[in-house]
Order: sequence, then C-alpha cells, then structure tokens
Amino acid sequence: MNPTGVGASVRRKEDLRFITGKGNYTDDINLKDQTVGYFLRSPHAHATIKSINIAKARKMPGVVGIFTGEDVAKDKLGGLICGWGITSKDGTAMKAGPHPVLALGKVRFVGDQVALVVAETKEQAKAAAAAIAVSYDVLAHVVDVAKAMKSKVQIHECAPDNRVYNWSLGNEADTNAAFARAVHVTSMDIINNRLIPNAMEPRAAIGAYDTGTESYTLYTTSQNPHVARLVISAFHGLAPEHKLRVIAPDVGGGFGSKIFIYGEEVACVWASKFVGGRPIKWTGERSESFLADAHGRDHVTKAEIAMDASGKITAMRVHTKAAMGAYLSTFASAVPTYLYGTLLSGQYNIPNIYVEVDAIYTNTAPVDAYRGAGRPEATYVVERLVETAARELKMDPADFRRKNFITQFPHQTPVIMCYDAGDYGAALDKALELSDYKNFGKRKAESLKSGKLRGVGFSAYIEACGIAPSAAVGSLGAGVGLWESAEVRVNAVGTVEVLTGSHSHGQGHETTFAQLVSEKLGVDINSVSIVHGDTDKVQMGMGTYGSRSGAVGMHAISKALDKIEAKAKRVAAAVMESSVDDVEFRNGTFTIKGTDKKMAFGEVALAAYVGHKFNSNEIEIGLKETSFHDPANFVFPAGVHICEVEVDQDTGLTKIAAYTAVDDFGNLINPMIVEGQVQGGVAQGIGQALLEGAVYDDDSGQLLTGSYMDYNMPRAGNMPHIENFKLGFTCTPCPTNPMGIKGCGEAGAIGAPPAVINAITNALGVRDIAMPATPLTVWTAMQSMKKAAE
Amino acid sequence: MPALSLKINGKTVKGEVEGRTLLVEFIREHQGLTGTHVGCDTSQCGACVVHVNGKAVKSCTSLALSCAGADVTTVEGLAKGTELHPMQAAFKEHHGLQCGFCTPGMIMSAIDIVKRNGKKVDEETIRRELSGNICRCTGYHNIVKAVQAGAANM
Repeated sequence: MNPTGVGASVRRKEDLRFITGKGNYTDDINLKDQTVGYFLRSPHAHATIKSINIAKARKMPGVVGIFTGEDVAKDKLGGLICGWGITSKDGTAMKAGPHPVLALGKVRFVGDQVALVVAETKEQAKAAAAAIAVSYDVLAHVVDVAKAMKSKVQIHECAPDNRVYNWSLGNEADTNAAFARAVHVTSMDIINNRLIPNAMEPRAAIGAYDTGTESYTLYTTSQNPHVARLVISAFHGLAPEHKLRVIAPDVGGGFGSKIFIYGEEVACVWASKFVGGRPIKWTGERSESFLADAHGRDHVTKAEIAMDASGKITAMRVHTKAAMGAYLSTFASAVPTYLYGTLLSGQYNIPNIYVEVDAIYTNTAPVDAYRGAGRPEATYVVERLVETAARELKMDPADFRRKNFITQFPHQTPVIMCYDAGDYGAALDKALELSDYKNFGKRKAESLKSGKLRGVGFSAYIEACGIAPSAAVGSLGAGVGLWESAEVRVNAVGTVEVLTGSHSHGQGHETTFAQLVSEKLGVDINSVSIVHGDTDKVQMGMGTYGSRSGAVGMHAISKALDKIEAKAKRVAAAVMESSVDDVEFRNGTFTIKGTDKKMAFGEVALAAYVGHKFNSNEIEIGLKETSFHDPANFVFPAGVHICEVEVDQDTGLTKIAAYTAVDDFGNLINPMIVEGQVQGGVAQGIGQALLEGAVYDDDSGQLLTGSYMDYNMPRAGNMPHIENFKLGFTCTPCPTNPMGIKGCGEAGAIGAPPAVINAITNALGVRDIAMPATPLTVWTAMQSMKKAAE
Repeated sequence: MPALSLKINGKTVKGEVEGRTLLVEFIREHQGLTGTHVGCDTSQCGACVVHVNGKAVKSCTSLALSCAGADVTTVEGLAKGTELHPMQAAFKEHHGLQCGFCTPGMIMSAIDIVKRNGKKVDEETIRRELSGNICRCTGYHNIVKAVQAGAANM
C-alpha cells in the first residue's frame, strides 16, 4: 500500500503552521493604510429608526468615515439575498422581506447592524459609535417561533402573519388513511433547541478598494469565497466579478455559519471605496458572533408515527414550525424543507409520509445551516419517535428498529430521496457488539450502587450529503448549481498543484486531497500542494458545506487527474516512440508493454513542458487539466450511535458514561481525519443535547445567552473518557462516485442528540425531556416523578 | 504613553502602550506575533493563553503594562529551530487539531498542565484543567490523547 495514498492515516500536512503559530487567519493579515471598522448594533429587538445623527461622532478623533443604511441605499448597493426559493403548498412564492446590508428604516433583532464606523483604531471606532445618536421608536417584538404566527407583531410587510412559507411534502391523503388504519400511534411534541455555531475564530473581513485598478479585494472568513464573490457581484452589484477578488485564507472553523453572505463583510468592502481606498478591517468580537452569526435549529414540531399490529411503521405525519429569524439568510429557506422533510424516512421503510413546515420570522438573529442543517432536526424527530414507540410497544429498541429497517437498495422513499446503498443491520450489529449492549443491565446495576441512574439510548441516523446534483437542487429551488471544480497543474519537475473550489477550514483537505494525488499519480505527498480559497487563483467553485468536499470536490480532482494521466500517456508514448495504447502507468512510472522502456512521472512532466520530442501541433505543450464535476445523486451516510448516560440523582447532572458510533461512510480516504470528524460532530451533538441552547428573553427580546459565561459550550470534561468513546465503521461503497466515498462531516452532530436524550429518558423512565437536558431540567423531571409517585 | 519593556520568546522588546492595552494586543498588534489568538471577550475560550514567567496566563485578560519586565513565551517560542516542542509534535501525531484556531492556546495550557501535574498526569486531571480552553472542532478526544502523549515526552 502507498503509505501516503488512499486509506492511510497520514498525519496532516497543514498542522505544522498551526502548531507553530504560523497560521494565516483573516485577523492576522494587515494591509497598508488599514483602518478599523466597528458596527453599531441595535439594542432593540424591533424598532423604527426615526433618525441617526452622526454629526458629533464624525468629528471624534481618528474617525475616517461613518456609514448608515441610507448611504448604502444612496449608492444603490443591493440587499442580502436568500438563494433558495421555496414555494408554498398553495403555490405562492416564499415571502422574502428586504435584508439591507445596514439597517434601513427599521431594526428587526438585537444586534442588527445600524452603522459602520471606520477609524484609525478600534478604540476610536468604538468611542465614535457610542457617540452616534440613534432615535428609535420601539415596536412590539416576538422572539418565540411557537408564538410568532399568532402575534400582532409584523416583522416584514410582505408577511402579515410572519409566515415565510407553508411548505409540504408527501401524500397527505394516503398518510391520513394509514393513520386511520393504525393499531398503534406514537405522537410527540418535539422541540429542537436553537444553537449558536461558535466557530472558535470569529467572523472577520478586510475590504480594500484599489483606486488604480478600480477593483476590490475582500479577505473574509468564508467557507465558499466564490459564492461570496458571485453574490456580492451579481446581487449586491458592487463590481463585476473580474473586479472583485475574494480571499478566504486560513479559516478557524465554520460549521455552516461561514457559508453565508453577511452584511458586515459586504459593508467593509463597499465602504473602502468611500474612505479613499483605505482597507477596512472588521474582526467580530465573540459577543457579536453570538448576536449576529446565523444561528441553527429552532424547530417546534408535532410528529407521529402509525404502526400495524406487528409493529411495522405504516405512516409518519409531521408538522414543524421553523424559525427563520428576522431576515432570510443565504440558504435559510432550504434547511427546514429540502434538508429536513426529505430525510424523515430515516433508515426505515415507511410507505406513507406527510410533512408540513411553516417557516416563520422572529425578532432574532437569522437561522440558517449549522452542522447537519435540517438533518439533525429530522433525525431527532425520527429517532425520538422510534425509540418512544418501541418502549410503548414493549419491544427492545434495537429489535424495533431492525424490524423496520430498509433492506433493499436502491430504496425510493416517499419524500424525494432515493437511498443508493446501505446495510443498516450491519451497523446495528457492530454497534451492539462494540457497546457491549448485552451487559448493559450489569452496568446499570453497578451505577445504581453509587446512586447513579444509568440509561441507554439508540440513534440510527441517515443523512443526505455531498450536497450536489445541480439539476436536482435546481428543481427544488436552489438558485445555483452545486457541482465542484478542480484544476491540476503538474509542474515541469513533476510536482503537483491542485486548485480546488472546495475550502478547508479544519477538514484537512491539504492532506486528504494530496493523498488522492499520491494514490493516482504515484508521487510523494510532499510533492503535492493544495490551493484553495482565492478567487484570483482558483477557477469558479462552490465551497465546502454539506459534507461535500470528499464526495464532490475530490471527485472533480479525480476526474482532472484522469485527464492528466491520459495526456501524460500521450506524451510518454511520443517520447518513447510507441503507441499510446501500449503505455501503462503504475506507481508513478510509465512503461511500454512488452519492452523495458520506462519513464518516471517527473520525466514525462518535464518532456511535456520542454516540448522537443513531440509534435506540438498534435499534443499541446504542458500538463494541466481542469474538471467540473456534478454527481448523479447525493450520498447517504448512515450509522447507529448508542449512548449510555449516568444521571446523578442528587444533582440531576448527566454524564456521558459511554458513547459508541458506528458509521458507514463508504471507503475512507484518511481514517484518522474521518474519526476526528466523528468525534467533533458527536461533541456538538452532545452539546446540543446536554449543554447548549440560545435563549431570547420574551419580554425584552434580548439574547440572554450572549457569551461563553451564559451559553454552555462543550468542554473537555463533558465528553466521554477515551476508553469509553468507541468508533467503528461499516462500508457499503457509494455507487455514484469512483472512490465509493460518502460525506463524514456532519454525521456526529446528526446522530448524537437523539442517542443522548433517548438514554436520559431511559435512565429516568420518563417519556420526554427537553434539550438541553441541563442538571436543572433533569433534576426538575426527577422531582415531578417523585411527586407523582407520592 | 507609558513605555514597556519585556521579554518575548527570549528577546527583549520595548514599546509604548496605553494603560488599557492588553497583553494580547501588544503581542499580536505591536509585535506581529499572530500565533496567539482571540476567540472570546470573556476570558473563557483560552485561545490567547501564553506563558508569563513560566505560568499559563490568558493574555486577553492581562494588561500589557502589568507584564513589564516579565518573561513571556508564546506558541512561536516553543520550537527550537525546526525541532518541535514535544507537545507540538504530539498534537500533530494524535490529530489534536482541526481548524487550528484554538491550538496555540491549547498547547500553551497543555504544557502548563504537565509542568504542574507531572508527566503521568491522568485523563481526568487533563480534562478538568482544560476547562478554560474551548475547542469546537475535535470534541477534545484527540487533544486529551495528545496531551498525555506530549506529557510523556516532555
């Protein structure tokens, strides 16, 4: 096996710069004559802006410029867009209210950006912002998604009941009929708590206008710089694409929150022109991340499944209210629809499914994709229902799942998705074995000796990722295609540069992508460099989200490498004076069948550029190929997670006693990196289940969880001990990409929350408990049970 | 503005700072050492941890002037030339980082933990003592492994 090829746990090439402090994040970059931007934000959840007086602030020391929504409007800079159109059940288009770069006339959530202050220093910018006099007419607000449709508050004129759309999927009549025939129905009210993504690097931007070339450069913390350029160019109308360069250098985590085009970044690059082309740097403070990054989840759902006498699921009916926040963020509309409703079949053969989703404006930060995006919400609904149904039917939760698993592939669900491959029973078997499920009773008894209630919970998740097929997403409302691009440049000395439209912000692409090159071209991994994140270097690309960089981005690279091999064979054939059909390429060496002639890959590369030994009219000089890849289907990773918790009866504190994750990601390129993705995803899922929850105060509309003092991030002590966190893999290769791989980035965050909550409810013997299951929540549930028993 | 003189990574540096200038601002903005990061504004995340006179300190919560005359080590000062500090090497070997943003603070805290608790520091202690360092990527699993391995080699 190639020690740096596909399947090897190669140590990461990118690590050296990060462990030595040589990373290059946006805030690490300083440009000549740079100024500092600071945003004045709304202190109110909902208010009319009567006036903004900047006269005093403008004269303060160091102030270079102050910009408001009126300046943006005057310059005819377009507003922020939502790029995925959803059509309601009644055929009407979704109601997208205006989303200005800087608030215009109205503020709609606490943190809405009202003015950009540009000054020589951060302190000066902050002092000037404090001196801006904004006169507000405070309006009533609504922050609770469950109440917003019936509220008198109207957030956008176009949506009188605050409803963006009422979307449905599936066959309502057939589903209702199946429920009418049901022998048993399990029905639940399910809340998916609002989360704040919290990549450790806050968002940041440096916008610079070059007065000489009349072009803009934006350094930004983006997961998809080309999409940012496209939107800022085509929709905001800042400049045509060839006059706008977007660079996303090292980015410190994204988890979805850095996909979107936000007002702050657009304002910085736009305003640079009005301060004489001086670069404007804005680095978000953590409190701004809490207030103004797009949040995740926030669903209120009523869901039920119908079963026949044998315990087979015959139908599912779901109604969800999904918060959108005050504005529709870039992909917000797609999350509770095509990334949610389409996954409600889970791993189960459910003949009838009907889902209806109301997307609703609230006076809060916008809600958009956060790790998993729609699929964690779907999995939570399915796996809470399934676990609860099994308990009601007094069946073992593993047996109940197995009874309902899909076993034949491809499998067309009633909600669009066609699962291509899988073996859910195999993952369940492996998870049962790894977790030593059969001895759970012994461990439970052992825990009880020390006063702890032990519980076990399952989660059999499926997700659709490798977010891609352009025609498919287009037919579902996406404004863009979701293919990916690659360019492979072989240098004359045989080293290889890969320019990819994917963007790495922790995923380790510089290593895994290089492994693919090493595997296919037989070159050393250290002879490969991966270039990404700069629209001036890389041809158009779509970026990284939805676990798409392996399945889609690498596939594009793979295709470009195939073209390189084909071209190199022609060069080798010409140089070695033989037919191209007789050229063989293995382990980096070209040989001619039946002869001892051979050339190393580097020699062929050199020959391709020297160009002396072939007819350059027949074979073009050079060795460089590009590819755009649009896959045939999503990929469908699936797995079974089993969580064991111990609940302290005195304090309500829940500890993850053991966690087992068995995942089917098809073939693995770098198992070490894949395991890291699972561990990190599970941590976020455990965070959602036990610790995290964004809370807005109903009365004031303020975000109560606006710092790490109030929003409980998972810490090292919240995770299971090393020996109790077990990972396993099963493998059904994906049939729609040549490497047989599926995405692995979101699985942990999708699988974990129901596993944890199923374990806690099992430990306590309660039907439901709200996320996050904090000690107070759990302790309160235990007290209610005690009271009820008395 | 008051003058400040201190040692960073073995080199004496001098500058003029405002009374309110934070140590992290002095390190990042005045000295251009951008390996030390700022991940929050409430002293919780630990991305800014450096060593001041050999002890781990959150540089976002220390005034630069309070470190006058001090000996400060940042992540840039750990390796000896191309030879990595054992803790740096362990983070790479055990995949203890993904996006890399929290990593400098993690490594600085980890070294401090080992200095105070010894080479055989147990998992429970590592997890408890890392409570002031937040990582969003790794789930801490490989960080804990890396700290144990780094400890053994320190």
